[in-house]
Amino acid sequence: MTDWDPSKPILEIENLSISFFTRLREIPAVMDFSCTVMAGEAMGLVGESGCGKSTVALAVMRDLGKNGRIVSGSIKFKGRDLTHMNDEDLRQIRGSEIAMIYQEPMASLNPAMRVGDQLAEVPMIHQGMTRADALKLARQIIADVRLPDPDRILRAYPHQLSGGQQQRIVIAMALMAKPALLILDEPTTALDVTVEAGIVDLVKDLGTKYGTSMLFISHNLGLILDVCDRLCVMYSGEAVETGNVIEVFDKMRHPYTQALFRSIPLPGADKNTHPLIAIPGNFPLPHERPPGCNFGPRCDYFRDGLCNAQEVPMLAVPGHDRHATRCLRWSEIDWDAPAKIGKVTEKLPPGRLVLKMEDLKKYYSVSAGAFGGGAEKVVKANESLSFEAHENETLAIVGESGCGKSTFAKVLMGLETATSGQIMLFDENVQDTPIEARHTDTVSKLQMVFQNPFDTLNPSMTVGRQIIRALEIFQKGKDDADRVERMLTLLDMVKLPRAFAERMPRQLSGGQKQRVGIARAFAGGAKVVVADEPVSALDVSVQAAVTDLLMDIQRENHTTLLFISHDLSIVRYLSDRVMVMYLGHVVELGTTDQVFAPPYHPYTEALLSAVPIADTRVKKRRIVLEGDIPSAMNPPPGCPFQTRCRWKSQVPGNLCDTVLPPVQVLAGGHQIKCHLSEEQLAAMEPVITIAAE
Amino acid sequence: MLPFLLRRVGVMILTALTLSFVVFCLTNLAPNLEKLARTEGSVRMSDDAVLSWIENNGHGGSMVMRYGQWLGVAPGWVRTDDKGVTRGRCIQGAVTAESAPRFCGILQGDWGTSTVFREPVIKTVSEKLSSTAWLMLWVMLVMVPVSLIIGVLSGMREGSRTDRVLSTFAIATTATPEYVSGVILVVIFASATTGISPILAEWGWISGRTLFLGTATSAIDKITFWNFALPVMTIALYGIGYIARMTRASMTEVMTQQYIRTARLKGVAFHQVILKHALRNALIAPFTVIMLQFPWLLNGVVIVETLFNYKGFGWTLVQAAGNNDIQLLLACSVVAVFVVLVTQLISDVGYVFLNPRIRLS
Amino acid sequence: MEPLSWPMIFAKMAVQFWPVWAALIVTIVLSLQFRRRLGLYGKLFDSNVGITGFVIVMFWVFTAIFADMIITFNPIAQLSGLKNALPGTPLPDTDQWYLLGGDHLARDVFSRVVMGARRVLTIAPAATVIAFMVGITLGLPAGYFGGKLDTGLSFIANLVLAFPVILLFYLLVTPEIRSTGVPIVLAAVLFLFPVIFVSVLLNSRYFTTPARRNLYVGVALVIGLWAYSGLAFNMDPTGIWSMDPNLLNVFVSVVFVNAPTVFRIVRGIVMDLKSRDYVAAGQTRGEGPWYIMLWEILPNARGPLIVDFCLRIGYTTILLGTLGFFGLGVSPESPDWGSTIDDGRRLLSIYPHPAVVPALALMSLVLGLNLLADGLREESMRD
Repeated sequence: MTDWDPSKPILEIENLSISFFTRLREIPAVMDFSCTVMAGEAMGLVGESGCGKSTVALAVMRDLGKNGRIVSGSIKFKGRDLTHMNDEDLRQIRGSEIAMIYQEPMASLNPAMRVGDQLAEVPMIHQGMTRADALKLARQIIADVRLPDPDRILRAYPHQLSGGQQQRIVIAMALMAKPALLILDEPTTALDVTVEAGIVDLVKDLGTKYGTSMLFISHNLGLILDVCDRLCVMYSGEAVETGNVIEVFDKMRHPYTQALFRSIPLPGADKNTHPLIAIPGNFPLPHERPPGCNFGPRCDYFRDGLCNAQEVPMLAVPGHDRHATRCLRWSEIDWDAPAKIGKVTEKLPPGRLVLKMEDLKKYYSVSAGAFGGGAEKVVKANESLSFEAHENETLAIVGESGCGKSTFAKVLMGLETATSGQIMLFDENVQDTPIEARHTDTVSKLQMVFQNPFDTLNPSMTVGRQIIRALEIFQKGKDDADRVERMLTLLDMVKLPRAFAERMPRQLSGGQKQRVGIARAFAGGAKVVVADEPVSALDVSVQAAVTDLLMDIQRENHTTLLFISHDLSIVRYLSDRVMVMYLGHVVELGTTDQVFAPPYHPYTEALLSAVPIADTRVKKRRIVLEGDIPSAMNPPPGCPFQTRCRWKSQVPGNLCDTVLPPVQVLAGGHQIKCHLSEEQLAAMEPVITIAAE
Repeated sequence: MLPFLLRRVGVMILTALTLSFVVFCLTNLAPNLEKLARTEGSVRMSDDAVLSWIENNGHGGSMVMRYGQWLGVAPGWVRTDDKGVTRGRCIQGAVTAESAPRFCGILQGDWGTSTVFREPVIKTVSEKLSSTAWLMLWVMLVMVPVSLIIGVLSGMREGSRTDRVLSTFAIATTATPEYVSGVILVVIFASATTGISPILAEWGWISGRTLFLGTATSAIDKITFWNFALPVMTIALYGIGYIARMTRASMTEVMTQQYIRTARLKGVAFHQVILKHALRNALIAPFTVIMLQFPWLLNGVVIVETLFNYKGFGWTLVQAAGNNDIQLLLACSVVAVFVVLVTQLISDVGYVFLNPRIRLS
Repeated sequence: MEPLSWPMIFAKMAVQFWPVWAALIVTIVLSLQFRRRLGLYGKLFDSNVGITGFVIVMFWVFTAIFADMIITFNPIAQLSGLKNALPGTPLPDTDQWYLLGGDHLARDVFSRVVMGARRVLTIAPAATVIAFMVGITLGLPAGYFGGKLDTGLSFIANLVLAFPVILLFYLLVTPEIRSTGVPIVLAAVLFLFPVIFVSVLLNSRYFTTPARRNLYVGVALVIGLWAYSGLAFNMDPTGIWSMDPNLLNVFVSVVFVNAPTVFRIVRGIVMDLKSRDYVAAGQTRGEGPWYIMLWEILPNARGPLIVDFCLRIGYTTILLGTLGFFGLGVSPESPDWGSTIDDGRRLLSIYPHPAVVPALALMSLVLGLNLLADGLREESMRD
């Protein structure tokens, strides 16, 4: 290990193929994958779920489980081939030379061991350090990952820390032995955006400080742009394009990469004039890959007899910095041609008022402490919510976990009744009417699309049966035959083949399930639809298609869409008005343009800054919030955002600590709940600027 | 922690009261009392005589009142018959009507008299209970370590050959109730005509006719390996399978957890992963299982004591039930239920203690 | 004639079991043929453990079905001179044998064990089914609604579970208790649950089309209440549904012991599943709670419930054996395995066969059920 030349690559993967072996067949997960990571370099692996990016990471760790096996190729770490290393040598390398950071911090930490012991274990194993020394080192590294009060944290159990703190501990654990290579597998996916921003900053700084090389795995192109120097785009088990981040982003040379960028909502996209372009078709199953180019069947530039005739090798793009693409036609394609714009549509004017909330409050009382007993606590899930929604309008409700957006949906749907305030739904007061007491007509007009595609359909009922049940309960259709006919029409509407009526949900992909969920919601001719993060669990290329479908149906039925999301990019793309929530409060409300441009509420400002954007032209002001979102059980006094606000010092006195800010109504009905004066707000600078071409 | 403990104890007392009342009702049903009257009085009693016997011996009146007397919260009955002899619940032996206390239920330590053993119930029960305690002690000493080791060994590498062999053994023992395994063990080890004893005797390896003793009666006076091994094994076998399967399930689940992968990928050696990271998390579930095994162990005790003629608590329960010994059966039931409830309480509290996630939140 | 040697005894028994072999072969061949279309049942044939368990269980099921064709003697006939006869002892002046010897009343052990299978395999599954109906009907609302209902029901379930089973049997299965009518009251309560279960199941699904609902629920109620009147109160005028009071007592006690455990399992699963989005989807389109519980949640709980069902039949078999072993609630003639073991154990160290044969039979059936459950669990988790 000592005679390794730092100018050689740290990690060199060559023609790696990995398969999983099941009872029925061999499933190739990664094919002919090569990549090189130099010292101090950050390499990004990007792709949709199932593309094999995590498998590559686990193969480097040689932890593929019982069924996985490296079929061919080599993984060289500092010149030594990991694929043929024995267990004892591997154990020496794991943790000390190569360390890994995982997606779910809570699950990655041992719940029954104190944090200090888990950290100290690493140098105790690899450097034979004494426990006392190891704990001292752990204390220092905890300070390095910017956690407050290291002594308390050393003694704590993992569940006593918040998600962001846990992830910092996992990072600290990886750094304990000062590894040469750090593998990060979607390290921020389970975290809120504002917390994610802090972690990403930390990772970048530590990478520089310790000179560690990184293999950064993510599905989020924006994050890759933030963190990495080079990247490798994967599709269906293969690397399709690799190169310098800037070059791949600006001068991509593979149709998949291009399609991927066209399907994500970047600044400038607009649902009416510049709609997203979804990638047609579906991701191929691992055992049903097409011959030749895997992306062939979904590719606009596909040429029969060429693309499907042979295995496609990686081809170098001359003149670029180690840029390569797995496309036979890359030199023929005009990469600068503008995308064919899909159908451009007119923006529909907002119609009559359909939903009006006034000073809605929802409190829960919960008994504190795990053992029952103890004092009753009141959780203020929603605090004085007021807004209106019109026909044809998309109102986005934005916020991170614990902001009360799900409670709001429950109250509106009638699954819970409001503590106080009024909900006016089509000239009817429904705040005190639970769903059982609502008229069938009211129920069928107000429906919901759920977040998790794997959960939204009953796994033991056919797709058709589930839609028919909705028709039955909404009293649509005069007899069974009529309902079957209506069900098939609904499947047409969401662009699913009619044959799907007989399928079970497990035979459908995530996007298809989400379509069925939409069909079910519209079975009764819904007029107001609450969409609770309907696309956040889907892959980016599918997101665009489902979003567009939702927009189409809305346009046709003149539906009011309440779009709940934490993803500001998609909100900016499709909503007409935006409501930002934090800890049960509406902190900002206005049209999309008003919210995305200054003046901001300080929270909106931070949120905008935190969202990674996959566009090299975008310049962002970096605003990283301190700490985590406070628990809704224990909100801070005064302004809910005061614990993390960077503007707090500019408000005179301790107003923020003590007094709940009033709602300021600015020009154009733009509402902001903040103590900052109108002048201070007006002086705010934009967070995001797009550099001129 | 304290409020939780108090609540649990409160629920336990409520449960104990309800259950003892149910047991009291079921043992003091009219037919039982009639039968008691005929055995205590005379078999040829007329129906009227039976009724008056029941009335005169304090078994009349409402069930609740009688329960209260038995429990010791209602004053014991006192009755003066035509001959002027005053008898009562609390008047017995040397105690006269004048010196008798008002209350004499189990709260005062008076558990009544056994009609089978002709002695105070409390004496019978405590004697027999101590005999059974020895049996239980040995069962626990055999069962707990063996089952945990089997469970951990088979759970740490799911699907390996060790796992398959041990799991098959565990499934087989859970399929063998005590009355089956007891019979088979006796036939193999303690029969003069079959199993291994005749062969061993022929070779001259054993001096007696059988290797082990087929009864455990002598173990009341002196426990030896030869008279105690079979009963202990019989009870332990069933439990071993069950606990081992629970431990295995818990262990395999823990082994798939991400923190085990974290440990592995930070370079911890396999045996250290098992000992330091997996074991503590994997043993939380089996602990509660072991505690909740007590109701079933009690079953095993009753069967084994009957089968091996070991005169302990289980054997007494059978005698009491078979001979309509109401007071004794009642006492046995209350003790049994009490043991179960206490183990449940320990299980609950222990679970909270072992699991830092619950303890500290 | 000469007594049979052991190989001959096994050969003769194998011949006696021919209907069972035939049925087993047909079942397995058909199942293997269509296994890819049979869902979880078909997948069972991919696992060695599962297939072993299935074959053992089906062996006993077919034995119970064809018992009349398999037995060599009337199971309660006492033939002179064959008291405690050893296995393979011939009958004087005939060409017949006591294949597995005679018991202490000179009855044929082989025939008694075969007949015992029929008894065990009717009571155990039936009692388990009723226990599941009770547990499900109460566990669903307890888990779904939570709150006071849950607290109350769970308290009652814990009361029953705090009883050592054997004690409960000694208190519940006695001639005295039979004369007080307690078993009939229990039966009246417990047997009502299947009727309620089926009616609510049909009503919640079909209430949107009243005509069809009335038909289905009506038919269910008529058949259900007819069976109910016969089984619980022995008042069926046609006499098709009836139950011996002894048997009723045993049956009710076994259901009573098993139901709380099922209740706890169902409650736990429901608490887990009720947070799923498809449940919320049902709620937001205005479905009633029973539709959601019975049609949205219950079908998705079937995996663990099927596994537990197999285990529980085995457990019930053990319980029935325990009852027989203590001579509770069974007639002395009864060939059920538990009481046969009890009869045989008195002379165990001299004549082991009358006790060992039913003991092995019981063990193999329970083992088969456990293996089957294990195979099902393994296969249902795999996908």
